[in-house]
Amino acid sequence: MLRTKRKQAEQVSDLLLQSQLGEEERFGDLMRRMARENKTAVISFFLIILMILAAVFAPYLTPYKENDMDLLHRLSPPSAEHLLGTDEGGRDVLTRLLYGARVSLLIGVVPALLSLILGAVLGVAAGYKGGLTDAVIMRLADVTLAFPSMLLAMVIMYALGDGILNVFLTLTLVNWANVARVVRSQTLKLKNCEFVEAARIIGVSRDRIMRRHILPNCLPTLLVMFTLNVPASILTESSLSFLGLGIKPPNASWGLMINTGRQYLYNAPWLCFAPGAAIMLIVLAFNFLGNGLLDVLDPRLKKQ
Amino acid sequence: MKEKTLEVCGLTVCIPTEKGVIRPVNDVSLEVPAGSIVGIVGESGCGKSMTARAVMGLLRSPAKVTGGSVFLCGREITSLPEKERRNLRGAEISMIFQEPMTSLNPVMKVGSQVAEAIRLHTACSREEAKARTLEIFREVEIPEPESRFSCYPHQLSGGLRQRVMIAMAMVCKPKLLIADEPTTALDVTVEAQILNLLERLRDAGTSVLIISHNLGVIAKVCDYVYVMYAGRIVEQAETKALFDRPEHPYTRGLFRSVTSLREGCETLETIPGVVPNLLRLPAGCSFSLRCGQCTENCRQNIPELLETEPGRKVRCFLMGKEGAE
Repeated sequence: MLRTKRKQAEQVSDLLLQSQLGEEERFGDLMRRMARENKTAVISFFLIILMILAAVFAPYLTPYKENDMDLLHRLSPPSAEHLLGTDEGGRDVLTRLLYGARVSLLIGVVPALLSLILGAVLGVAAGYKGGLTDAVIMRLADVTLAFPSMLLAMVIMYALGDGILNVFLTLTLVNWANVARVVRSQTLKLKNCEFVEAARIIGVSRDRIMRRHILPNCLPTLLVMFTLNVPASILTESSLSFLGLGIKPPNASWGLMINTGRQYLYNAPWLCFAPGAAIMLIVLAFNFLGNGLLDVLDPRLKKQ
Repeated sequence: MKEKTLEVCGLTVCIPTEKGVIRPVNDVSLEVPAGSIVGIVGESGCGKSMTARAVMGLLRSPAKVTGGSVFLCGREITSLPEKERRNLRGAEISMIFQEPMTSLNPVMKVGSQVAEAIRLHTACSREEAKARTLEIFREVEIPEPESRFSCYPHQLSGGLRQRVMIAMAMVCKPKLLIADEPTTALDVTVEAQILNLLERLRDAGTSVLIISHNLGVIAKVCDYVYVMYAGRIVEQAETKALFDRPEHPYTRGLFRSVTSLREGCETLETIPGVVPNLLRLPAGCSFSLRCGQCTENCRQNIPELLETEPGRKVRCFLMGKEGAE
């Protein structure tokens, strides 16, 4: 009974990941291999799933509302009613943490995905077309990388004004260059492979070669870059919110929670501690998962 | 007179380098009559593969075709715009490589790769493409085509991959197939099967141009052979005539350095030296540095490719005189 259920789940995740992995290795095999070689990565994977579920089902997990004030119980320490205490407005910290996870996870995933797409497209184009295209794209990337990323993010954020969409845009503009560089170097390697030549021989056009033959071969790298970009985005957003440039109150994001909690650090340390621990956990989890995937995918495809 | 599938006239490829221009293919003319297998032999670096790439229009920059023309079924193709050439590739003219291990995309199912070739050149649905792929898999004798269709290249053996390559090249029934060292990476039994396959393709109406340094392969399947040395054709003849009486000293040298299974041959002969650096070709015959019968005339002047008998041309001063060997 349990086994059939697990099989079903596997099939579903197979389908989901086949599109991501370019059908190259079944998701189940991948996880099994990772489980054998790297337990931390698997634990991290489930932790991430757990966090996502918690963020999605936040309203069912706590009896409180995100922005409900209770001025009689301001700054109360963790107790049975408020597991992680309350903040300066008497709002339940656990509740805000769960709702904040929505923003923080979204900010982790969406810009990472966007910068991945942008970086991959530009990287493949630069690597495959070469010449002027390459020069223009790579100089743009160089300029982006020349600034300290935090400074760049602050400047862009300041210019655009706040709001979650602008945070997405900012983080994408900051992170794409790394991806583009890596993808370009992969493309340079792939473009001299004989299968690309073979594709040209049967008359495949340049665009199609880039789309169908080069990009799918970069997917393992992209997957790893994604898992490493997510925590970077979460951290950058936290810093931006902490500096007052990201998400605005009363909305909750983890960085913002730390920023407001800072003022009460001595009286109510749980205000900073809870979101800080959450950021640390998710960032570590993504990093471990990324490293695990790197180990599994890197020995160029599979050992069979 | 048979119709010519491919006719190459005076093809020259140049690569500009810092030290001067080199010509890996120098004034090469050859033809492939319809329904025949023609071979090009020569050592590594003599310009065989460059010729093939130039014919396909797949030279990598900075190599460029600087002279001559290529006629495919009577139509000049070197002057066509890139888009039209692309449409020719795969449909009219196709090519297979020596390395079946790396010439298939590792993350695409082999069936889809073959089907891609079909869908590029003909308007047809996914199902039709799949049906035709299975059909060509059967034609190139891939066992269990249905299950092989959804295999990835790493799951197939070298011979099977080469068959997939051939299937991919042949699926649109091109008029000309260029096989660049098609069997070099395969063991002898598979080699024989692949050669048989090429012969059957020829019988089905596709002309084949085989490029090889393996004289055994050439002797087995080719009708006509060109011998290349340092970018030039030095001898051309029908296979039987060439193997019975090689005339150019280089061709004779090549034949002497073939390993044989027969007993009684003690030392394997080699041609002394290597193919000369194309930047520093001798003033005269490019083989003069390694030729045992070289004369002063050979060092000074470049011999012409002259007809010694019908259907046979040799580029050597010694051919005028009798008594070579």
